[in-house]
Amino acid sequence: MENQNVIYGINGPVVTIQNARDFSMMEMVYVGKERLVGEVIGMTDKLTTIQVYEETTGLKPGEPVYGTGSPMNVTLGPGIIDNIFDGIERPLKEIAKESGSFISRGSSVSPLDESREWDVTITVKVGDTLKGGDIYAECPETTIIKHKCMVPPKISGVVTKIAENGKYHVNDTIVELKDEKGKIHPLSLCQRWPIRTPRPVSERLQTTIPLITGQRIIDTLFPIAKGGTAAIPGGFGTGKTMTQHQLAKWCDADIIVYVGCGERGNEMSQVLDEFAELIDPKSGRPMTDRTVLIANTSNMPVAAREASIYTGITLAEYYRDMGYHVAIMADSTSRWAEALREISGRLEEMPAEEGFPAYLPSRLSEFYERAGMVNNLNGSNGSITIIGAVSPAGSDFSEPVTQNTKRFTRCFWALDKALAYARHYPAINWTQSYSEYFLDLDPWFTKELGEDFIKYRKSINRLLQEESKLMEIVKLIGSDVLPDDQKLVIEIARLIRVGFLQQNAFHAEDTFVPLEKQKLMMKVILHMYRKSKQLIAANVPISSIMNTGLFDKLVKMKYDIPNNKLELFNDYIAEIDSALAGIMSA
Amino acid sequence: MILDYIGVKEINGSLIVLDDVENASFEEVVDIRMDDGTVRQGRIVAMDGNRVVVQVFQGTRGISLNNTRTRLMGHPMEMPLSPEILGRVFNGAGKPIDGLGDIFPTKRANINGTPINPVSRVYPRDYINTGISTIDTLMTLIRGQKLPIFSGSGMKHNELAVQIARQAKIRDANGDNFAIVFAAMGVKNDVAEYFRRSFEESGVLQRVVMFLNLSNDPIIERILTPRCALTVAEYLAFELDMHILVIMTDMTSYAEALREFSSSKGEIPGRKGYPGYLYSDLASLYERAGMVKGKKGSVTQIPILTMPNDDVTHPVPDLTGYITEGQIVLDRALDSAGVYPPVSVLPSLSRLMKDGIGEGFTRADHAAVSNQLFASYAKVMDARSLASVIGEEELSPTDKKYIEFGKRFEARFVNQGANENRSIDQSLDLGWQLLATLPREELDRVDSETLDRYYEKAKQQLESGEKSQNSIDAEPNESTESDEPV
Repeated sequence: MENQNVIYGINGPVVTIQNARDFSMMEMVYVGKERLVGEVIGMTDKLTTIQVYEETTGLKPGEPVYGTGSPMNVTLGPGIIDNIFDGIERPLKEIAKESGSFISRGSSVSPLDESREWDVTITVKVGDTLKGGDIYAECPETTIIKHKCMVPPKISGVVTKIAENGKYHVNDTIVELKDEKGKIHPLSLCQRWPIRTPRPVSERLQTTIPLITGQRIIDTLFPIAKGGTAAIPGGFGTGKTMTQHQLAKWCDADIIVYVGCGERGNEMSQVLDEFAELIDPKSGRPMTDRTVLIANTSNMPVAAREASIYTGITLAEYYRDMGYHVAIMADSTSRWAEALREISGRLEEMPAEEGFPAYLPSRLSEFYERAGMVNNLNGSNGSITIIGAVSPAGSDFSEPVTQNTKRFTRCFWALDKALAYARHYPAINWTQSYSEYFLDLDPWFTKELGEDFIKYRKSINRLLQEESKLMEIVKLIGSDVLPDDQKLVIEIARLIRVGFLQQNAFHAEDTFVPLEKQKLMMKVILHMYRKSKQLIAANVPISSIMNTGLFDKLVKMKYDIPNNKLELFNDYIAEIDSALAGIMSA
Repeated sequence: MILDYIGVKEINGSLIVLDDVENASFEEVVDIRMDDGTVRQGRIVAMDGNRVVVQVFQGTRGISLNNTRTRLMGHPMEMPLSPEILGRVFNGAGKPIDGLGDIFPTKRANINGTPINPVSRVYPRDYINTGISTIDTLMTLIRGQKLPIFSGSGMKHNELAVQIARQAKIRDANGDNFAIVFAAMGVKNDVAEYFRRSFEESGVLQRVVMFLNLSNDPIIERILTPRCALTVAEYLAFELDMHILVIMTDMTSYAEALREFSSSKGEIPGRKGYPGYLYSDLASLYERAGMVKGKKGSVTQIPILTMPNDDVTHPVPDLTGYITEGQIVLDRALDSAGVYPPVSVLPSLSRLMKDGIGEGFTRADHAAVSNQLFASYAKVMDARSLASVIGEEELSPTDKKYIEFGKRFEARFVNQGANENRSIDQSLDLGWQLLATLPREELDRVDSETLDRYYEKAKQQLESGEKSQNSIDAEPNESTESDEPV
């Protein structure tokens, strides 16, 4: 018999085979007559365990299982950007064309469009010596992304043959390499890479450049570096997904990989709609021209959900290798952890905390460590920034996924229910959140925005801290009993909260705010504070300052001053001065 | 060749184990014929070679090791479908129980359904007018959305669901293409009867498909009930172009049935004993709401769940909240204060609302009103907690205004009659009238232009109204007693 491997047992997405000898751990396999994609996840001398990435309804014991001889991998090549894949890199648009609006099983659509022609420019000549990571051809993938074809990391040799510049399909051979042993390696526009293995780099660099997001509370109070890691934990309804969308839309990475991992189908269709309409302010092109979507909604098979995170990061690494700055949004890593738990449960592994497998922390750290600012094999610099949403069960941050994520990320943007209930978005709690990137990034901020920026940030921070202390008193005895200078702190902090930290994603001017405007807004608020403080020191009652309507005006300056008319801030300073001087003289 | 397998190897809870079964497939349906002639249905849930584990829907009571004949049916669990299904009543496993005989199916569909391809989804944007101020203004229901009601035992979630079903208006839907699919899981007979009677009274019974798994019906059937109901809903929506409102109650009973089934299978439990796959399982139900490109119909879901001990962090409401597009939370304190519907405004939310309201959908100022009401009501809560410490007398004048605003908000805006159908304009105007009682500088979520247009008008009305003592200061409970719109 040619194929001796047949299904023995089935339990949900887990399938077992008896007495199989020719599989290796993590090998990709096809299960059953419909050739469902699966992966070997456990072996004993009697039983081989496979997790299947598709619905197993209708499978029968005795159906064949085919090995592929290689681990679970993805195809990397032009056509990834502006595409939407499921958790194991199957193109959902093509699947929809093939099988209609509902996803059927065993679909064998190739990840990249094989019939599409790319305008290829060969960048090497015969006789050149190439090593892994070196670029041998380029083609425009979208209007803003130039795709660079790189020698797969483990191959090197001398170019023996090149094709003419011109139009080629992804699988056409365009360059041939001869390695030391005389073996010829044909290179096409694409290559394959196993998703669970990080792509190699030459060295890791320090993270010194911020990822600018245009979101005031993040850029100013809790900045993240390009190549950094951040976690956004929050209960349901606190705006994790909205925050992720905002970052995906406005952050200044070259490429966005958005992984919808076990989330809502309607949200994915919203991303699709919105990103196609939105214009990237830097390039003037639709956002989709720099975005890859990986959609594994909550009702799609759970094993593919587990793989989707790795698929996403592998695609990100591929573009990083070309020298791009990539940001990957994983929404939500808790669903991924739950997929681990679900499969671990089916394997009857001994559970650790809350039923999660004991290897949860190591899997999380493996994932987050794939971020970083690096020097690539081909000498270019690129980065991957990971921003992972966490959905803690019962909004309790002490649960294992949040706690372990906290250990492996350096930014923690804690979303707060009370803020979300008051519709204060982004609902990032400024007392619980932190960023460890200040030291790395402060030189950059000082260089680009002057020393004031950091000074302002510290003052704003101090005022917020002071307010939270005062609020404890206010909660007990009311604000009336506070002396005027403390009342002023509370009023200014309110101005910071409502006028600065709160940001309206649906307002054309407010959805993205350049750093310069963020700085000037802080400047005006702090100017207001300093001047008012002088008045109060001169025994002017705070009510007369409140009556000027200045606070009301400053709260709305985020809407009233367009992002391209920053000189208007001078008028605000002048107005504060004259109004307050008016009180003084009266 | 059809084989009958005589006897069983093992019985454990609702599971039976058969040995030496040839050619069975995963999740296949089996018929189990007892010696006394009765037939039960089951489903294959795990297989090891020729040994299969079957879940018996009606329970294993009366089954012994040798009094049964089991027959493989050769297909997974299916629901017979035909346009005549409207107006019919089924049990939890999809068998007709209204005495009108079997369905003559034009097609059969696997009750597990298949996931909608995310690229084929239409992003839901059309709002459904429910005529309830809190829902329409603050957590707008959108066609194709799944918006659960988080309630507790004894609160008026059923009344609210019936009112939504009765008053729901979709822009281009009419009597012909609107229908309700109702799935009862482990509810009391009285509750099922209440829904049936309410549908009858409002004359929609012929447009309702009911699935009843009452609290004394077999628990394992409860796992099938929502799947059968959603299969019917998808069929009506995507093949017959209808707009379907699915009401599922009570999801907590469903999750408990799942827990019972899981523990009898010997699976490793997760939080509170619920199986680790509770999230995926609930998602496989909730994600069957939506709209599909190229199809005219839609499936909108209103699942109802009772939070054990009113605890929103219990796994069932918690996981539900992570899957559904928002939630309507009911509040015990409001309920006992006689406010109907007792919607707890702050934790309630509709995620799809932002793109389904405003100019062209509802009214240009909708987003502003709703944001400001949320923000102001959150301040009411602060003021109340302060008042509980220092007493209302000691509050600052602004805080006193907030306390006053809060009272009116609950009595006039949240509170409305069970038959009162408020238009969106009425609700929004009511919102402005309430906001007008606050000083203008407190309204920090609204831009100056909108304030000029709406706030000032409402303020004038309020001031002239105060002189003639009408509208806003009327008796708080008046509206519950009157059936007329405001």
